[in-house]
Amino acid sequence: MSAQPQTRAGAGEAFAAAFRERRGGLPGAGLAWLEGLREQALERFLAVGFPSPRDEDWRYTDVRVLARRLGVPSAGPGPVAEEAVRALAFEGLEAHRIVFVDGFLAPALCAVGPLPEGAAVGGLAEALARDPEALAPWLRLPEGADGLMALNLAFMTDGLHLRLDDGVVLDRPVHVIHLRSGAGASAHLRHVLVLGRGARATVIESVAAVSEAEAVDNQGTTVVLGEGAALDHYHVREAGPRLYHVGAAGVRQEAGSRYVSHDVTLGGRLTRSGIHVELAGEGAECVLNGLYVVGGRQQVDCHTRIEHRSAGAVSRELYKGVLDGRARGAFTGRVVVHPGAQRTDAEQANHNLLLSEDAEADSRPQLEIYADDVKCSHGSTVGELDETALFYLRSRALDEALARSLLIYAFASDVLERMALEPVRRQLERRLTERLLRPEEAEGVI
Amino acid sequence: MLLEIRNLHVSVEGKPILRGIDLAVAAGEVHAIMGPNGSGKSTLANVLAGREGYEVTGGEVLYRGRNLLEMPPEERAREGIFLAFQYPVEVPGVSNIYLLKAAVNAVRKHRGLPELDAMDFLKLVREKLRLVQMDEQFLYRSVNEGFSGGEKKRNEVLQMAVLEPTLGILDETDSGLDIDALRIVSEGVNSLRSPERAFLVVTHYQRLLNYIVPDRVHVLAGGRIIRSGDRTLALELEERGYGWLLDEAARGQAAGQAAS
Ligand SMILES: Nc1ncnc2c1ncn2[C@@H]1O[C@H](COP(=O)(O)OP(=O)(O)O)[C@@H](O)[C@H]1O
Ligand SMILES: [Mg+2]
Repeated sequence: MSAQPQTRAGAGEAFAAAFRERRGGLPGAGLAWLEGLREQALERFLAVGFPSPRDEDWRYTDVRVLARRLGVPSAGPGPVAEEAVRALAFEGLEAHRIVFVDGFLAPALCAVGPLPEGAAVGGLAEALARDPEALAPWLRLPEGADGLMALNLAFMTDGLHLRLDDGVVLDRPVHVIHLRSGAGASAHLRHVLVLGRGARATVIESVAAVSEAEAVDNQGTTVVLGEGAALDHYHVREAGPRLYHVGAAGVRQEAGSRYVSHDVTLGGRLTRSGIHVELAGEGAECVLNGLYVVGGRQQVDCHTRIEHRSAGAVSRELYKGVLDGRARGAFTGRVVVHPGAQRTDAEQANHNLLLSEDAEADSRPQLEIYADDVKCSHGSTVGELDETALFYLRSRALDEALARSLLIYAFASDVLERMALEPVRRQLERRLTERLLRPEEAEGVI
Repeated sequence: MLLEIRNLHVSVEGKPILRGIDLAVAAGEVHAIMGPNGSGKSTLANVLAGREGYEVTGGEVLYRGRNLLEMPPEERAREGIFLAFQYPVEVPGVSNIYLLKAAVNAVRKHRGLPELDAMDFLKLVREKLRLVQMDEQFLYRSVNEGFSGGEKKRNEVLQMAVLEPTLGILDETDSGLDIDALRIVSEGVNSLRSPERAFLVVTHYQRLLNYIVPDRVHVLAGGRIIRSGDRTLALELEERGYGWLLDEAARGQAAGQAAS
């Protein structure tokens, strides 16, 4: 107990010193509003520190372990070979490519093709240099921001900037690659995605590491969808066993807009994925799909919060977890139906498969309803493989190992099947089959 | 003898279900097992296929002279035992064609045969699909998922036809089928009949036995075979029901107990 504030104060001191030293070189330096925001954010961090394990929202993230590793931010990117980037491409996917290394844009590794009129795809730092005022509304310290979010805003070094004017459709997806090179202790990217009325885009974010060194990602994302806009947002985390990755996304949706998220975690030592959706306009729709397939000592903590603030909005949420070894997977999904959000249609489900005695799954669906004309359902299960199905497959001459693997694959691929982007879906299906099946068994399973 | 069951006792959750079954099935024969609900027919079928949760408390089962009860379910399948389930299991996410191919190749491998290539496999499956009059699209659907009751039963017979077992066990494959489906399923079974193969057909109704003509009929009640006969026994049961047989069996048992 008594040691903790000291640790925090010590960490605080180091971050405050790093801030004094770096602030002049951070993007948007010299912009009064942004400097004000950074200072305010640092103050918040110094005041609240890292989230406490006693905090309900952080109960299932090993914050102490995370905080111990979260050193002061990288001063610049380490080296990354082009092959590492190529290895993360999705076969058959033509995409604009934006690469960040240790929290910094790596222009030499990026490849952005011709864009339609009214579209901007690039780095946040660059956008801040070009037209800072356009970004001012979207860079704010949210009320009640926790220490990690505050730290992200204080130190944000760069991030994806995607802006589509009204009616602009980005045919080609944007593939954002986050790489860690082993240099530096923490990286703080902030992504801002703003889609005007009726605009459409697809963004895939890959998280990976080219080094085995311990590293912490502390990312923040702001998504703003105008009326009738649509964003398909994929997260694919395949980092090695020493990456600690925290991501917190805030999504605001105007009337008739559609946000589809596919949140997939296969790698990383610890992953905390937070998505907070505000269904602000009538008839807005969000679809949150999630899959975590982890083992060893991996930990995944998925937090979603969907706020139905207007009438006739729809939310569909399905998260599935497969936990082996001593892995821990947690899902907390809160759906809040605010007063006046009549005709809300919300479905939520979280299902977990435990493959070992030492694996653990925690599932917390939470519904808060303050309107009367609503349709809400939620379900949550933690279980083992279906013995009846296992016997059925074995009675058809399949050996037990194959029968198990097939059932695990089928359980997980149910989430992947919902992906509209075939190259991403195929690649993830291949990854799963590679993990679960021998090559000769994998043929025809997808 | 292809299958020899000797004094088999089986309990489920500590409760005796099969209480001394003796049954010998020779290659080339079809045996029908009839009996009231809850008499243990499915228990017998499942024990032969190797399902967990059944405790064999006595007796033995020899399949081709080997101790069947020692083998895991997949080995029994590879050795030629096939159970058509009373309640076929839905396996979402695993396609019918994948299961069929994996099954066929597992059996072939066990027999020292090379795997079928894609062309030969498809040819085989198409031929069997015709036999059970199933549309090819069923191959690409998840195993039994969303199939109607009749489609599930036909799918079982399709699998059986593809795997060409030595001992086919059909557990109420006829229940819930209309007359056309019944005929299709029966033809599927009859086409497999051969001097090397045998079938154990569990059914409630004599109806099926008009199509699949049995060599022997056994009545299972209270975990015992209380009467065996030729196919005329099935006709008699159809006419008179099970009551008289159960009464006779009860009297026989009482007399036996009084004598001892
Ligand atoms: N898994 C099980 N758990 C508990 N009881 C069972 C189970 N399977 C069968 N039984 C019991 O065993 C008896 C025989 O069942 P079953 O073999 O299914 O009969 P049948 O197929 O002849 O209708 C019934 O009393 C049934 O309730
Ligand atoms: Mg039965």
